[in-house]
Amino acid sequence: MAANNFRHALFCAIITLIISYPIIGFNLEAQGISVTLTGADTSTVVLVLLAAVVVFLFQLFRDQIMGGLKSIPSPMPKTQKEPMAENKRAKIESWVLTGIVVLALFWPFFVSRGAVDLATLVLIYVMLALGLNVVVGLAGLLDLGYVAFYAVGAYTFALLSQYAGISFWMALPIGACLAALFGLVLGFPVLRLRGDYLAIVTLGFGEIIRILLNNWTAVTGGPNGIGGIPDPTLFGMEFGRRVREEGNTSFHETFGIAYSGEHKVIFLYLIALVLAVITALIIRRFMRMPVGRAWEALREDEIAARSLGLSRTAVKLSAFTIGAFFAGFAGTVFASKQGFISPESFVFLESAIILAIVVLGGMGSQLGVVLAAVAVTILPELAREFSDYRMLVFGAAMVLMMVWRPQGLMPMRRIHIELRRQE
Amino acid sequence: MLEVQNLSMRFGGLLAVDQVSLDVQEHEIVSIIGPNGAGKTTVFNCISGFYKPTGGKILFEGNEVQGKPDYKISRLGMVRTFQHVRLFGQMTVVENLLVAQHRHLNTNLISGLIKTPDYRERERKSLDRAAYWLDRVGLLELANREAGNLAYGQQRRLEIARCMVTEPKLLMLDEPAAGLNPAETKDLNQLIVSLKEDYNVSVLLIEHDMSLVMDISDRITVINQGRPLAAGTPDEVRQNDDVIKAYLGEA
Repeated sequence: MAANNFRHALFCAIITLIISYPIIGFNLEAQGISVTLTGADTSTVVLVLLAAVVVFLFQLFRDQIMGGLKSIPSPMPKTQKEPMAENKRAKIESWVLTGIVVLALFWPFFVSRGAVDLATLVLIYVMLALGLNVVVGLAGLLDLGYVAFYAVGAYTFALLSQYAGISFWMALPIGACLAALFGLVLGFPVLRLRGDYLAIVTLGFGEIIRILLNNWTAVTGGPNGIGGIPDPTLFGMEFGRRVREEGNTSFHETFGIAYSGEHKVIFLYLIALVLAVITALIIRRFMRMPVGRAWEALREDEIAARSLGLSRTAVKLSAFTIGAFFAGFAGTVFASKQGFISPESFVFLESAIILAIVVLGGMGSQLGVVLAAVAVTILPELAREFSDYRMLVFGAAMVLMMVWRPQGLMPMRRIHIELRRQE
Repeated sequence: MLEVQNLSMRFGGLLAVDQVSLDVQEHEIVSIIGPNGAGKTTVFNCISGFYKPTGGKILFEGNEVQGKPDYKISRLGMVRTFQHVRLFGQMTVVENLLVAQHRHLNTNLISGLIKTPDYRERERKSLDRAAYWLDRVGLLELANREAGNLAYGQQRRLEIARCMVTEPKLLMLDEPAAGLNPAETKDLNQLIVSLKEDYNVSVLLIEHDMSLVMDISDRITVINQGRPLAAGTPDEVRQNDDVIKAYLGEA
């Protein structure tokens, strides 16, 4: 055992060296037109060697270290895991949620513009993650191209406003429905696929949409994107300093207050908040309806579901369509928030991040997904100085999560259904 | 009500089922027996629509159903269980029964979203039906447990209950007694007979437990190497020389 451990540790240390030395230990320097390879200075080399030693020691004493970590009390004590009376728990949960939403309603009036802007982004991710949660968490269909529907929603609004002058509120349902339509269309070819194969096809679909947007220069402007996307209006009141469209009034004049750029930001935030809450409520209902149970049944055992008369086609398509619908929602809000969109915003990394949110939060769990969306969006912003290592930290966080809480931050809880006794 | 005529199923070079015919009348328990690998489950898969038979006809209540998709066949009133229990493991016991009743709940999304009175009524009814069947198979106390955590015998009973809430006309059981202890087998025996007597369901049964088969079957079909070997009442089958040689063994 000990010898085995030693060999393993040595192996890991060598791998660390092999991987890190060429990446960190060599520099490419451009001198005129030629590029020369120079070794890094001694301190870097020492650091690399030190890292290898750390890996070696960790692997050697891994059992002890992991054992020590296990004895640290977990953030949620076991006693709390004893189920409370179900209805009591549900009541507390709904009170807490209502409290959070009310707090979120008033919060933006007391903080900086940047914070509100970031919060809007968080809410967009919450919407996206809730939508993807339907497809991945509930229906168990691994979708790696989810960002495509987000793009469809955003571009629908951008194009409609550019070519037809359609406002945000008109574009919102259109964008969502169009995204849903794309979901339906994608759903058909992948009906028979599961797992890895499904992931590959959806990945391809996401790329197709992005590349299409990039290359269809005549309509989408290609990589230049589309700018000048109008802000949402409040009953015909605009939030700009000057009114852009005939017949509209401006918000600050109507209420006789000084113009401030913050009004618009807060208004967008509130729209995103309301939409996110609506998304959460609708999906929550769906989960308790026959359609939600059908999604889960198909995830659990497709053959059994079919033997009970569930149509695989209908169930899968409904999951794809509804998931895509909410991505379209989020896309429209995103386009409005940014005022400018380009295919750059809809790369595969976005899909990966949304998926990471769902997995981190706990598949199928709404509260967990919201928490994870907050964490995944805000943490990189807080750690801007370390932006070079963002992906590294992100990856490390994922690995740690999988070790400690493989079921996610807040695993999905099943609802308790009261049955009436038979007389 | 069910009539299978000259059913054949070929997988490439392997003829798994060859010209098998059988029928189930209303209010009848029919068993299919035979050695392992004889093609019993393949017959089941053909009838329930999981396989598309390569030859022969399957008539259910006079209509040809061979080659129809599985979920449509199940909606006609032919529901099956599986040789290896197939429950929705992470869902609760009562949710398993609610999934099965989606047809009775087949309201559109909007009425469910705003909880129309009609929707509530349907949901209440399906909960009542679920409670009734849970009580019937003795699982009412476990209604909110995860189905995957039940003991094996309980899972078997839940699977049958899940079929029964769909209100089938014909219940197809694939080795329901496999893995049960003698006491549980006896309960199962009574349950199947009661399904026939009290709920007027016909049963098509695959089973290796001869005491169970001989006890409750009205008729038996014996299959050996994909071909029909014999058919008749339990007594006739028990005395059939071919059957004794191929399957029952000489006692």
